[in-house]
Amino acid sequence: MLLGPSLALSAILFSLGVAGVLLRRNAIVLFMCIELMLNAVNLSFVALAQLHGASGYVMVFFVMTVAAAEAAVGLAIIIGIFRHKQSVDLGNINLLRG
Amino acid sequence: MTSLVWLTVALPLAGFLANGALAIRRPAAKDAVSYIGVGVLIAAFIVSVGVFIDLLKSPPHSPHIITLWRWLPVGPLQLDLAFQVDQLSAVMLLVVTGVGSLIHLFSVGYMKSDPGYARYFAYLNLFVVFMLVLVLGSSFPVMFIGWEGVGLCSYLLIGFWFNDKANADAGKKAFIVNRIGDFGFMVAMFLIWHHLGTLTFTGMTDRAPAVFASGSAAVTAITLFLFLGCTGKSAQIPLYTWLPDAMAGPTPVSALIHAATMVTAGVYLVARTNVLFALAPVSSTVVAGIGALTALFAATIALRQYDIKKVLAYSTISQLGYMFIGVGTGAYASGVFHLVTHAFFKALLFLGAGSVIHAMHHAYHATHSHADAQDMRNMGGLKQYMPATFWLMLIGTLAIAGVPPFSGFFSKDEILAGAFARGGDLLIYYVFYAMGILAALLTAFYMARLLTMTFLGENRTGEQERHHLHEAPPVMTGPLIVLGVLSAIGGMINLPPLVGGGAWLEHWLEPVTARAHQFFALEMPHGQTEYFLVGGAVAISLLGLFAGYRATLARKIVPASESAEDTGVARVLNRKYYVDEVYDAIIVRPLVWLSRTVLWRVVDQGVVDGAAVNGTAKLSRGLGWLGSRLQTGQVGVYVVLFLVGALWILHAMVR
Repeated sequence: MLLGPSLALSAILFSLGVAGVLLRRNAIVLFMCIELMLNAVNLSFVALAQLHGASGYVMVFFVMTVAAAEAAVGLAIIIGIFRHKQSVDLGNINLLRG
Repeated sequence: MTSLVWLTVALPLAGFLANGALAIRRPAAKDAVSYIGVGVLIAAFIVSVGVFIDLLKSPPHSPHIITLWRWLPVGPLQLDLAFQVDQLSAVMLLVVTGVGSLIHLFSVGYMKSDPGYARYFAYLNLFVVFMLVLVLGSSFPVMFIGWEGVGLCSYLLIGFWFNDKANADAGKKAFIVNRIGDFGFMVAMFLIWHHLGTLTFTGMTDRAPAVFASGSAAVTAITLFLFLGCTGKSAQIPLYTWLPDAMAGPTPVSALIHAATMVTAGVYLVARTNVLFALAPVSSTVVAGIGALTALFAATIALRQYDIKKVLAYSTISQLGYMFIGVGTGAYASGVFHLVTHAFFKALLFLGAGSVIHAMHHAYHATHSHADAQDMRNMGGLKQYMPATFWLMLIGTLAIAGVPPFSGFFSKDEILAGAFARGGDLLIYYVFYAMGILAALLTAFYMARLLTMTFLGENRTGEQERHHLHEAPPVMTGPLIVLGVLSAIGGMINLPPLVGGGAWLEHWLEPVTARAHQFFALEMPHGQTEYFLVGGAVAISLLGLFAGYRATLARKIVPASESAEDTGVARVLNRKYYVDEVYDAIIVRPLVWLSRTVLWRVVDQGVVDGAAVNGTAKLSRGLGWLGSRLQTGQVGVYVVLFLVGALWILHAMVR
C-alpha cells in the first residue's frame, strides 16, 4: 500500500515547491516549483485513491489538464515579460507597486 | 348630475393644457385662447349649476362623496382622491365658477394687447382647477393639493410681468409668506391624524366630538395651527403683508384670486372644520379677535393709500377680517354669506378699477407719458368719460359700505349682530363688535374717498391725455353689469327675518354646521335690539360715506408728480405703519445675516463642504495610501502573504 511513505514524499515535494517559490527569483524556476507543488498534490491524490476509490485518479487528470493550460499561459506571459524587460528576474518586475 | 362634479375640475384642466400648449406653440392665436379659456369656465359653471339644482331638489343630510380613485393606500391611512359635494361646497362651487367666468370674460378685453395672452389664460384656468380641488376636496390632503396649487398660481400670476423685478419679488413674497401658513396647515393635519386617525372631513365630523373634550389642549392646538394656515392664505395679521404687494399682478387676477376666491380659502377652511372650532372656544375667540384687529388695522391703512388697487387690497384684508369675526363667533353661515357677497362686490370693484386703469393706461400710452396709471391723484372727474364704470362702482361702494338694500349690508350686519350676541357670553366680543363698527365707518370713508378721487371733481390726468380717456369695451363692461346686479341683490340669498326674509343661506348650510351648533347655539338679537343695531350700522355707514365724500372734495388734490409727501399720521398710514420695514428689520435681515455668515460660511463651507465632503475624500485617500503600502509589486511578498493566509485558513479548519 505504501500510503504513509507516499504521503510523506508528497509533503516533502510540496514543501520543496513552496520553498522554491518563496526563495527563488527566476520566473522559470518559480514556475517549475509551482509545477512541483501541483504534482506533489497529485501524488497524494493517487496515494489516497487506494483508500477512497477512483475519484482520486479522476482528480489527477483534472489537475494535469489545468496544469498544462496554466503552463501554456504562464510561459507565454514569461516570454512576453522577457521580450519587454530582457530579464525574467522577478525583483525587477514591480509594475504593480502601489 | 352630482356625480359629474369632476367635470368642473376636468374642464378647466383641459383648458389649461390646451392654452398651455398654445402659449408654447402659437402665442398669437388669441381667438382660440379666448374661446377655450372662457368656454371651459362657462361649461364648468353650467355643470356647477346642475349640481346645485340636484342638491336643491333633495338636500342631503350627509355629504355626497364622489370617489375618483384610491390615492394613498399606506397602512391604516387609506386615502381616496374624492370630492365632497354638500351645501357648503356647492355654494363655493357656484361662486368660484360663476365669478370666475365673469372675470375670465373681462380678461379677454383687459389683456387683449398683452403678448403673454395665452400664458395668462393657461394660468388662470389652472388656478380655477386648484381652487375647485380646494373647495371640493373631501379630506385635508386633497384640500391641501388645492391649497398649494392656488398658491402656485397666485405666485405665477402676481409675477406675470416678471420682466419688472418688483413684480417677481412680489410673487416670491406671496409664496414665501404663505409657506409659514402652510406649515401651520400641515402641523394641524398631522395632529388630526394623530388624534382622530382619519383625515376625511366626514370622519373628522363624526369622531371629533367623541375624542376631544370641549376646550381640550389638543383641539385648541389643532385649530390654532389651522388658523395659522388661514392667516397666511387669507392675509390676516400677522401674515397679511403679501396681499398689498400682490397687486403687482394684472387687475383681473387681483379680482379673482386676491379678492373673490383664493383669499377666502381660510374662511372656507374654518367653516369646513367648524366642529373643531366649536370644540375650541379659545381658538374661536382668537379667530374673531384677529379678524376684528385686521379689519380695523387694514381699514386705517386704506385711508391714506393713493394707488387705487392698494386701497382695494387693504379693503379686501379688512373684509376678510369681517369674515373671520363671523366664523370666529360661531356664526359660520354669516361668515360664508359675507364671503359670497364680498366675492360679488369686491370683484366688481376690482374689475371697475381695472377698467379705469385700462383707460388711464391707454391715455398715457397714446401720449408716451410715464405717469402712474394707478395713482388716484392722476385721475379725478372720470365720471364724464366712463359713466357706466362709475355707476357700477357706485353700486359696489354702497354694497361694501353696508348701505341697505345692497348685499354687503345684510352680510356685514349679520356678522356684527353675531359678535354682539356672543358678547353676552364673553365680554370681549363686545370689543370685537365695537372694532367692527369702527372698521365699517372707515370702510365707508375710504370707499367714498376712492370714488370721489377717481370719478368726481376736476380731471387731473393731463391736457393731452384727457382726449384719450374712453369707456371700456362691452366685453369688459358686460361682466361688470352682471356683478353690479349681483352686488345689488346678492343679499337676497340670506334676507334676515327682520325684513321678512327666510335666512335661506343659513338654513341651507344647517346640515354642515349642525354638529358645531350642538356645542353652542348662537342666539341672534331680536326685536328692539336688532332694530337698534341695524339702525346704528346704517347710520355709521352713511356718515362714513358722507364724510369721505366731503373731506375728499374739500382737499386740493394735485397730480402725483407734483404732490408733496404726507406728514404726521397720514404719512404713517401711507407707509402702512412701517410694518414691512419692521418685518424686514426683525425677520428678513437677521435671517439673511444668519444665512450669509453662519449658515453659508460656517455651516455650508466649513462643516458640510469642509468636514463632510472634503473630509470624506481625505479620509478615503489616507486609507488608500495606507493600503497601497502593501502593494510592493514584488511577487515574493504576495506569495508570502498568500501562504500565510492559506496556512491560517488551514489552521482554522483543522483545529
